[in-house]
Amino acid sequence: MTPDATSSPDIAARRAAMTLCALARADELDAALATLGPPDAVADLRRPETGLVMLRGRVGGDGRPFNAGEATVTRAAVRLSSGEAGFAWHLGRDAARARKAAILDALFQARPDAVEAALAPIGVRVAAERAAEARRVAATKVDFFTMVRGED
Amino acid sequence: MYVAVKGGEAAIDNAHALLADARRGDRSVPEIGTDQIAEQLALAVDRVMTEGSLYDRDLAALAIKQARGDLIEAIFLLRAFRTTLPRFGYAEPVDTGALRVRRRVSATYKDLPGGQVLGPTFDYTHRLIDFALAAGVEPPPPPEAPVAEEAARMPRVTDLLAGEDLIEREARPADDAPVADLTRAPLAFPADRDLRLQALARGDEGFLLALGYSTQRGYGRNHPFVGEVRIGTVEVGFVPEELGFEVPLGEVVVTECQMVNQFVGSAEVPPQFTRGYGFAFGQSERKAMAMALVDRALRADELDEERTSPAQDEEFVLAHADNVQATGFVEHLKLPHYVDFQAELDLVRRMRAEIAERRERDANKEAAE
Repeated sequence: MTPDATSSPDIAARRAAMTLCALARADELDAALATLGPPDAVADLRRPETGLVMLRGRVGGDGRPFNAGEATVTRAAVRLSSGEAGFAWHLGRDAARARKAAILDALFQARPDAVEAALAPIGVRVAAERAAEARRVAATKVDFFTMVRGED
Repeated sequence: MYVAVKGGEAAIDNAHALLADARRGDRSVPEIGTDQIAEQLALAVDRVMTEGSLYDRDLAALAIKQARGDLIEAIFLLRAFRTTLPRFGYAEPVDTGALRVRRRVSATYKDLPGGQVLGPTFDYTHRLIDFALAAGVEPPPPPEAPVAEEAARMPRVTDLLAGEDLIEREARPADDAPVADLTRAPLAFPADRDLRLQALARGDEGFLLALGYSTQRGYGRNHPFVGEVRIGTVEVGFVPEELGFEVPLGEVVVTECQMVNQFVGSAEVPPQFTRGYGFAFGQSERKAMAMALVDRALRADELDEERTSPAQDEEFVLAHADNVQATGFVEHLKLPHYVDFQAELDLVRRMRAEIAERRERDANKEAAE
């Protein structure tokens, strides 16, 4: 990873859109594509393919990396007739979902604002679910109190 | 010795048909869905993913169904599946400090930043069978509480101790330093800690639990405290070659255990707590804790401790931790060994005949004298 590539605002915005696609359900990607109007011609640069990515942890959480175990990952790459190439790399084995995300990534490069708007509902749903989980987890936080000792 | 024998094809086919029938069970009982297994037998799924060394909830749920709930068989199925797939590459190491925590407890500090959060735990249940579950009673929605801002910041307990230099720090070499991968090169000894942790992470929970327990009972005692157990969701980053920047693959749930153990010091370094580390997919607390105990025990040489116990013997531990290998070798004993056994039968008959012959000779000799 080159630091200037990730620090560029364009890349950051594209990554944010890719993150929403990675967290989306297939029907949410369908809805986003429907909002945008499906592109007329999509060529597969690479047909969706499932493989493995080795996940890594760090010794002690913060030390040197170690290989923790693999995950299934599905990747797809498409090109729109207007020339933009789009990519998706997702945990899991859902080929159709990865291809839809790759189309959205390609569309993002032509019409970033429209794609951001189309993906916004996914962000809203994810944020609401996370907030609800956080509230339920917060209810299990321990409030310690010290017992009064008998001899006092 | 194996000699090809033919026959049994029809018996094998019919046995597999009978297996499929037994797997389905009584047809008047609704068939279980893999979504039900993934949702309602979630910890079995987590264990199969961890020891199958493959993060894929749906696939692990299907494997459990196919294996009729035999988790080692399900783990075997996952391991076999992964051999059919190409390897795309290595993810960026997950940052467990950034875990969206659903459970976090420490046995060493009562009031640590972010607090003790119990999450969905069996701890403090009374272990009484709950007949309401058999009756299909819906649970009430869980209580909610406002989220304190500090809950978002949960430093690792080991970071708190490290601030005072009371605990050893993990070495952090450059990230492009090679990382051992036992799926690419066979296990070799002595093993470095990265290789040991990979082997332990996919090791059998029962085996590691027993070994961890043995260290507590005095076989390689190292005085552990659970510095912290945390369980939560974390994003996985990956750098595809064609993009050249890190993209999120999605999120995984992981469990981490930081074991804090008694001191080691030297002429140069004042006494410090030492560490053992456990890491597992999903909510796998017992596994992560046992792994942390065994990881610490296996550091005996590095920490100048006398190796006296099985849990400190890396060759013994790592060579026997994998339950797929273990079950393969144990279960192969039931396969036909007719020729082997025939040879041994011949041998034992010959030995007995020789002994009988010698006795007879000795008896005759005695009688002649």
